[in-house]
Amino acid sequence: MKLDPVNIMIGGEAGQGLATVGELLSRILVRGGYSIVVTQSYQSRIRGGHNTYTVRAGTGDLEAPREPIDILVALNGETIEKHRPELAGGGVILAGESFAEESDACLAMPLGAFAQETYRNTGALGVVCAVLGLDRETAAGSVTEAFGKKKPEVADSNRDAFLAGYAWAEKQSSYARKLPAAAKRGARLMLNGNQAIALGAVSAGARFCSFYPMTPSTSIPLTLIGLADKMGLIVEQAEDEIAAVNMAIGASFAGAPCMVATSGGGFALMVEGVSLAAMTETPIVIVVAQRPGPATGLPTRTEQADLEFVAFAGHGEFPRAILAPGTVEECFHLTRAAFDLAERYQGPMFVLTDQFLADSLRAVEPFDVTHLDRVRPGGDPGSIEAPYLRHRVTEGGVSPRLVPGAGAHLVVTDSDEHTEDGHLTEDLSERTRQVDKRLAKVRGIAAGVIPPVYTGDDAPDLLLVSWGSTRGAVREAASLVSSGNGGSVWEAMDEIRADGGTVGTLHFPQVWPLVPEQFLGHLERAKRVVCVEGNATGQLANLIRRASGFDITERIGRYDGLPITPEYISRALESMGGTGGGA
Amino acid sequence: MVSIEDYGEFETAWCPGCGNFALLEGMKKGLVAAELEPHRVLFVSGIGQAAKAPHYLNANVFDGLHGRSLPVATGAKLANPELTVVVESGDGCCYGEGGNHFLAAIRRNIDVTMIVHDNQIYGLTKGQASPTSAEGHITKAQPHGAPLERFNPIAVAVAMHAGFVARSFTGMTDHLAEMIRLGIRHRGFALIDVLQPCVSYNRVNTFAWYKKRCYELPAGYDPRNHAAAMQAAYEWEERIPVGVIYQNDRPPFEDHFPVLGGGPLVGREVDRAALKDVLKKFV
Repeated sequence: MKLDPVNIMIGGEAGQGLATVGELLSRILVRGGYSIVVTQSYQSRIRGGHNTYTVRAGTGDLEAPREPIDILVALNGETIEKHRPELAGGGVILAGESFAEESDACLAMPLGAFAQETYRNTGALGVVCAVLGLDRETAAGSVTEAFGKKKPEVADSNRDAFLAGYAWAEKQSSYARKLPAAAKRGARLMLNGNQAIALGAVSAGARFCSFYPMTPSTSIPLTLIGLADKMGLIVEQAEDEIAAVNMAIGASFAGAPCMVATSGGGFALMVEGVSLAAMTETPIVIVVAQRPGPATGLPTRTEQADLEFVAFAGHGEFPRAILAPGTVEECFHLTRAAFDLAERYQGPMFVLTDQFLADSLRAVEPFDVTHLDRVRPGGDPGSIEAPYLRHRVTEGGVSPRLVPGAGAHLVVTDSDEHTEDGHLTEDLSERTRQVDKRLAKVRGIAAGVIPPVYTGDDAPDLLLVSWGSTRGAVREAASLVSSGNGGSVWEAMDEIRADGGTVGTLHFPQVWPLVPEQFLGHLERAKRVVCVEGNATGQLANLIRRASGFDITERIGRYDGLPITPEYISRALESMGGTGGGA
Repeated sequence: MVSIEDYGEFETAWCPGCGNFALLEGMKKGLVAAELEPHRVLFVSGIGQAAKAPHYLNANVFDGLHGRSLPVATGAKLANPELTVVVESGDGCCYGEGGNHFLAAIRRNIDVTMIVHDNQIYGLTKGQASPTSAEGHITKAQPHGAPLERFNPIAVAVAMHAGFVARSFTGMTDHLAEMIRLGIRHRGFALIDVLQPCVSYNRVNTFAWYKKRCYELPAGYDPRNHAAAMQAAYEWEERIPVGVIYQNDRPPFEDHFPVLGGGPLVGREVDRAALKDVLKKFV
């Protein structure tokens, strides 16, 4: 039996090596030329509990996680109990024999026969690879490489376990769910969203990152630490998030392009620093990787509920931009864009991502870094006549920036309102001049907003609106209507199609500022508009109404900590009723 | 040659008789004695009457948020270790709002000189107790007397093996200038706690109160003797020692970063060949 794409879920306890096996399977698939979408769902604990690592793989382009499981790999009995109902028709369960269920769908793996306890997961990986029909030698090579950094005997034992599992599973032909061979292609990178953000930052010239560990942002500084010595940057674990943001501002003031990464609670502590960066006109890139709140919320799950918080964070009025990557590639490119904006407009700029995208590995075409430029903080002191005015009033609001110590000019700035030379003032006419100067930068930022991406007919029956990581789910949901490949769970979509209806998508990679001229026509021409977001209140819809007056009243929200899927959208549309055209 | 004129003369927003005036004069003298030109110095300050001080001399200035001077200074020093970075603010800013950063800066041993205007009161907000107010000190906000035990910054810094710990008094300008010169010259974190009167809101710890108690540590005193330093750190009620109380040679924080061997982080090109190598690791 062949399947393309195929959805594989590996389930077990924390500490069972789930992520190691899942990542290895992902790497084998990427090297085999397949596309992947990884969804990691884990609990906030180091051992025990119930975690899953889901890999969707196929020969074509994949954009979103999907729900029915084709291959459920159970490393414990709880995985079967919890996820049995999600098994697709014709799906298989690969389970350790001690807890396997007795059914035709379940293949009991004699893991003890493949290897001793420590290497059993790698034995199970061998079974999965054989069931998928992946090339044995290539896969075994990846296993050896992955464990080769440890002792050679560890690599050998893992390889033996893998081959034993593979050989055994090859004989279980009725359980085969083979992926067709993928087209030959050049080497691709396997990256998750956070790794791409870190690489984007370095390519843009980042030299400084300060952070306080907080899931799901921590892998950004950890990735940077891994390349810091080679690429020449400093990554410092601060005593708290308040220190982290102020340290970055200090480094940036002194000329090092900088970034901080945190999640909602940590960002709450950074907020005074956001305002400080705006007042002192100091460039800073702030990455907020969202997780469900309020307060500590669900620390390891996903949500898109900090959009309004980030849009309005910081006392006083000042310009900002918020970029919200929807793919791993966008994580790289929009982080670069954020560095450019921060330097160009000298203030705080945001990258807003979430746990799903942060942890979602994908196959990515290598970035061509040869022609990518870096940001260039500060100008030439020799070109500026004394007295140097750090906050000189200019037409576009951007003052010539120098870094201290670069020349004899003195660079002075203040969190108090200041005169053009940076010294504090209580002269109220100076105050209004400086406010006007700072806000003049809004015009430049607005003129450069990345336009929303529209797909579909000019006046579709249904227009799905999305931002950030929900991009893939919305696009796949829409394409299912047009292709008719939905299957039985797609009643809502099938109904639209049966009526000859069409579905369009409008995706926002930049969510602040919003420029109505870029999207209002699409909203007005669609017969029905539904905004799809990973939050309970429809925060993008709120911002769209605020910016354009257009009220998207139909809103699909998800706030159970899991990413939005095309199936989720279809079910929500079904329950909302009125799937035909006309709102 | 650097002269005191290079640091300028400016009109201030301080009360007549404020200890800040003497501290500003001592600061300029210390910078001149350290032979630093204004553009090589970065002052980082916070909020309070003391935090305005860097506006009244010529230098690079980042006057930031209340309590957050040390992280800003740390980031700036790491970005450009060639800058002489001086933190200047009051006792509330440095020990109250910024307490966690004070501990972290000592542990990092970042090469920053922290000069604390310590008048044992909140002046700008009109007279509430500060971390260094005496226990029982009566204010409008603490009408029954400050109930918290007085924070002893010198003892905390010595206990944590801070690189350089000194105390001075605004009634001893030359001594103060010398402490500042030594603190700036020290490679590593340097704390200089400067006792000064608040003429408007502290009627207990007056100029005369300090003048009566402050004495210079004797010539035989060894600031590298940690036990002796701990003892000196607790001397307060009757007599208050001023001078270098403790000093060690822990390597400064910047020395732990190999990338700084190549000089400041400012203006470096992205090494594209290295970046390509990094990307290959993700194949």
